[in-house]
This record gives sequence, structure tokens and C-alpha cells, in this order.
Amino acid sequence: TMSSTADDNDDNGEDRAVLVQFVSETGEEAGPPLQALLGSTVADLKATLDAQLIVQSGDYDDQVIYKFFVDEAEVATSLAVAVDCGQVNERLLRIVYQPQALFRVRPVTRCTSSLPGHSEAVLSAAFSPDSRNLASGSGDAAVRFWDLSTETPLHECRGHKHWVLCIAWSPDGRRLASACKRGQICLWCPDTGKQIGRPLARHTQWVTSLAWRPLHLDSECRLLASASKDCTVILWDTIVGQVSRVISGHEQAVTQVRWGGTDLLYTGSRDRTVRVWRADDGALCRTLQQHAHWVNTLALSTDYAMRLGANEPGKPAPEIGAPRTELCERARRVYEAARRDQPERLVSGSDDFTLTLWTPETDKRPVARLTGHLQLVNDVRFSPDGRLLASASFDKSVRLWDGRTGKFLATLLGHVGRVYQVAWSADSRLLVSSSADSTLKLWDIGAAGGKNRLKPVNDLPGHADEVYAVDWSPDGQKVASGGKDRELKLWRN
Amino acid sequence: MKKTLRAHDQRDTRQRADDQEVPEGAKPVYLLDREDQTRAKVLSNMLKQKRKEKAGKWDVPIPKVRATSEAEAFRALRSGKSKRKAWKRMVTKVTFVPDGFTRKPPKYERFIRPTGLRFKVAHVTHPELKATFQLPLLGVKKNPTSSLYTSLGIITKGTVIEVNVSDLGLVTQSGKVVWGKYAQVTNCPENDGCINAVLLV
Repeated sequence: TMSSTADDNDDNGEDRAVLVQFVSETGEEAGPPLQALLGSTVADLKATLDAQLIVQSGDYDDQVIYKFFVDEAEVATSLAVAVDCGQVNERLLRIVYQPQALFRVRPVTRCTSSLPGHSEAVLSAAFSPDSRNLASGSGDAAVRFWDLSTETPLHECRGHKHWVLCIAWSPDGRRLASACKRGQICLWCPDTGKQIGRPLARHTQWVTSLAWRPLHLDSECRLLASASKDCTVILWDTIVGQVSRVISGHEQAVTQVRWGGTDLLYTGSRDRTVRVWRADDGALCRTLQQHAHWVNTLALSTDYAMRLGANEPGKPAPEIGAPRTELCERARRVYEAARRDQPERLVSGSDDFTLTLWTPETDKRPVARLTGHLQLVNDVRFSPDGRLLASASFDKSVRLWDGRTGKFLATLLGHVGRVYQVAWSADSRLLVSSSADSTLKLWDIGAAGGKNRLKPVNDLPGHADEVYAVDWSPDGQKVASGGKDRELKLWRN
Repeated sequence: MKKTLRAHDQRDTRQRADDQEVPEGAKPVYLLDREDQTRAKVLSNMLKQKRKEKAGKWDVPIPKVRATSEAEAFRALRSGKSKRKAWKRMVTKVTFVPDGFTRKPPKYERFIRPTGLRFKVAHVTHPELKATFQLPLLGVKKNPTSSLYTSLGIITKGTVIEVNVSDLGLVTQSGKVVWGKYAQVTNCPENDGCINAVLLV
């Protein structure tokens, strides 16, 4: 409700008019300054902003929900509460607006099934990008597929000779790659449970991480990158079943590899460096040096979008027989929407208790150094909209940071053992963390309201031993977790 | 002959790595190459710590000291009209009495602590900094001979005393200022005329 007839002499703070300027997150102004009532609620501010956007660009999306921030403080109820009323008269208030996800993921509260089947600890679990399938790798050298509609085992795939350390779904969801401690990589078909081709063996030591080429760069999902303890990264041509390129250069074990959206490979290693490589010719672009100890984990701001592939969040998945070009086009749209015309951000978590934020496509120097953890950082994830960053550490806490600047936001305390992994829900409002104390905890970030120490919304106990892996399905319906007690648990609302 | 041939064949066949069983103790990638104390060891350490605390065995610089006998620490004082009664004792060792200490009525006082042997400060050495400071005493924590000596405040060699370290400016991990710490006496104060102690860090 734009009020141009505000009465400036009114003593009641709520009715005073103030000059506001809507600014987007990237700093662009939405239009000229406007007058608004000091008592405006979030709905009033949204209406004002929509009106301005119609005038400026001619179209607006009625459905978008916004979060408004004044001077880093969130406007939770009304503008008057968020702003210091005394100093308002002279200033122009800059209100930053952030569009939020439209759909809401409901918090998970109960364990709907415990799926036994593995005879050794479950080491990794992952949902497919279209949320139709669930796969898990375990210490008994088997990969299992699970039927999500009946919550029962579907296929058991034996082909590895040692613990299955990592699994990765191809971005189109048609294949699963799994890697074992002997350095072998096998490809599986989720529908039949059969192995595709022969095992890919070239690594001399165990594989630490797998990364598929994003769908918008490669519509047939041909290339797969694997990082190993033998200090090399191998790019495999999965359709032919051969090595495409061997990238060596690290001096110690490579712990993580990520495939960026502009065909750059990011690798983190125990030699304390993060290196940026060009995927087409394997040349080293940059070496990012900052850490003082092993780099354990990497995360990209567009990770979630590239994981989704052609599945747009909140919209129905593409049909199973859709042509590749259409999938490629949809994947490109999802990627561009996640990137929002800014360079990709990479964050690396290390044994030296810190994280570092980089923009590896452009700069060799870090954007920010994120300190605060009291023990090594084990897992880092960007939220699906790229605005927040969560880091899990062995000091029993999870910390939240701003995804663009690296500013510390909150500590999530509640676990009594090391926190191993975190997973975000698709709308970036909920976070689930798994820990060595055999519980999972659910945190509500959307309702945090600026507090810097948060308690879990929900405790999800039930596992009998340490929980090694956790994943939230991209459609937001289920959470899967597995650990040392050999059972995979599914959690729903 | 057949047996020899078979034995020869078996010798040539190398035991392939594939035939080995999948080992137990599967760990995820992020826990490989990390030395983790097994849970049994952690629990055993916790129990040992608890037992130590219960027994009161602390890690002190002078673990064993010679016990001071009652004949050495006390001297009998004769009292009464004809000086026959000898139930009063005078402490011949250095003592510490707290601020605001008031004697019991002299008629009923069994242990007399002479003012000449009462000390308020101690010379405390920091073992790592190798510097000595004169710090006020806060109390006697434990005299190794007996709890009677502890309650009387008798300070002999090996006694653990509590000193006021606010002058040293020590700070805890959470930012609070430390103002009291334990120290162990290293000399015989009744012979030297001063209390020398080593700070227990």
C-alpha cells in the first residue's frame, strides 16, 4: 500500500512515512525511491515491490515470496520492528529483497521404515535426481537399489571386491556409478540392477570421490571424473568404458572432485591446495592455496542445480522418454537460474578447522576465510538457492554462513558427537545433519529470524550406531540415512 | 608322480588378491586414514580418569614426602593450676589461618597456632615461565600427612596450597579470569622462614 498521503507530523511511529529503496541481492536498484509506511508488514512491502517491478519491467510474478532485509536485519513482522525508529526520518532506507522458493518442504518427523539388507555398514546413500530411485553403497561390497513406493529392497548388485566408498547418479538418472576401495568403478542400471559394461579399473588406490559431467554440457552423460588416493583424477568415457584423460599434478591424495558448470574441474587434495583444471584438455588453470592442512571437502554454489539436471524444482519431472536435447535445454535453464549471472562460488573445508570461499573462475585469491570451528570440517554444502552455506565439523556443531560473502550467521548446537554430513531440503529452509552420536537432527533455517545459536526443530533418533550418510530427496518428500548399524532408514513428514 | 605334479602346479599358482575376503570394519571415505581411538579405549580412559579423581591421586611435582609425626608437629603445653594437665598442644610448624579467623576461647583451645608461625604469602614459581612471584595464600588444600593437619592449616613440605593468582593475569578458554590455583610447597617453611611453592598447572 503505497502511501503518498502520509502525515509526517503524526507522532505515532507506525504511521510515519519513510523513503525506501528496493535493492536486489546483487546490488541493482529496482527503481526510484518510494514512500512507505513505517508500519508496513511483509505483505505491504511485497505489494509495493510488485507495483514497482510492473512499472519498471512490465511483468512480475505474483507467486514469488520475498524476504526483506534492512541493514542485514530481516524484516520479520513489520518495518518498524526491524528499523531503529529514531534515525529513520533523514535516511533513505535500502531494503534488500530476496526471492524465496515457492514450494515449502515439510519437516521430516518420523522414520517410516528401516531397511535391512546390507551385511556391513552403509557407507553412502543417494537419491536419483528425479527422486524415483534410491541407491546405497556398503562395506559388504554391494550396491543396493531400493523401491521407494513400497520401501523395500529392489536389487542387490554385486560386482565390487571391497567396500563401496562412493556412489554418484548420472544427471539424467539413468545410471549409477559406484567406486570401491580397490579403485574400481562400476556402472549400474537402476531399473534392472545389472552392471553396464565392464568395471573401470585404472586407479591403484581407493577412489575418494566421483563427479559426472553436468547435463547441460553433455546430454548423453558420457564423462565421469574420479578422484583417488593415488593423487590422480581420471576422466572416464563411460559409454565406451575407457579412460579419456588422466589428470595428475597433485602431490598427495585427491579428496574431492567437482565438475563446474563451465566445464572446469575443481579438485581438493591433501597437499593443502585446490586446483582448477580445464576438462577438455586437462590443463591446470589455477592453484588455490590458502589452507594449512588437508582439504577435506568442496562445494559449489550451483551443485544442487547440476545434481538436479533437467528436473526443475517444484515442477513435474520430464517424462522418461524425453529426447536428449530437451533434457539438455531444461538443464541449462535450471543451471542459469541457479547461477543468476554471477560467477560460481566454491567453498573448501579443511582439517585446519577453517573454510575458504573462492570464485575460482575468475580469481586466485580467496573471497573470504571462514573461521570458527573448533575441530576439522568434514562436510560443506551450499543451500539449493546458493544463499547459505552449512558446514559440519567434528566439534559437534554445524555452522551456517552467508553464501555470498562468507559472513558467519549461526551455530547449530545439539549433537553430542562428531557431525558427519549435512543435507539441505529443496526449498533451502530445512537442514538435516547426521552424526556419530547415532541421531539425525533437523534444523529450521527459514524460521531462524536472525538468532545466532539455533536448536534443532526435530530430533530423529533410531539408528543404533554412527550415521555415516544422509541425503534428502530432491522432491523434498523423504530423507534417507545409513550408518554403521547396517540399516538404511527412510524418514518422512 | 601325480602328487608331485599337483604340488608343483599349486606352487606356481599365485594366490590372487581377488580370492581374499572383504575385510571388516568398513569406514566411509572421510574416516579412512584417520587414527581414531576405538571406543573401548575411550571408555577405558574415562574410567581411569574417574578412578584417579576418586582416589585423589594427582600429578604433583613431589609425589612422596616424609610424614611429619605428631611428636614433631606438636608440643605439649602444660596447663592448669599446678601445671599437671597436658592436653593442649602448640603447633611447631608453619600454619595458615584464614582472614577473619577468631580463636576459640583459650580455656577450650586444644591446638594453639602461634602468631609467629602464621604466614599469609608464599613464593610461588611458575614451572614453565621459570619466574617466582609472591602471592597471597587462600588456603591449605591437602597436607599429605593427615586430614587433621589439613583442617588445622599446617604447612609442611609437600602440602598442596591454594594461592591467589589474579596478579598473574591468567585467563581460561572461555575468557574468564583465573584467580585461584593450586601449588605444592617445596621447602620446609619452619626451617627457612618462608614458604616456597611450585604452581600446579
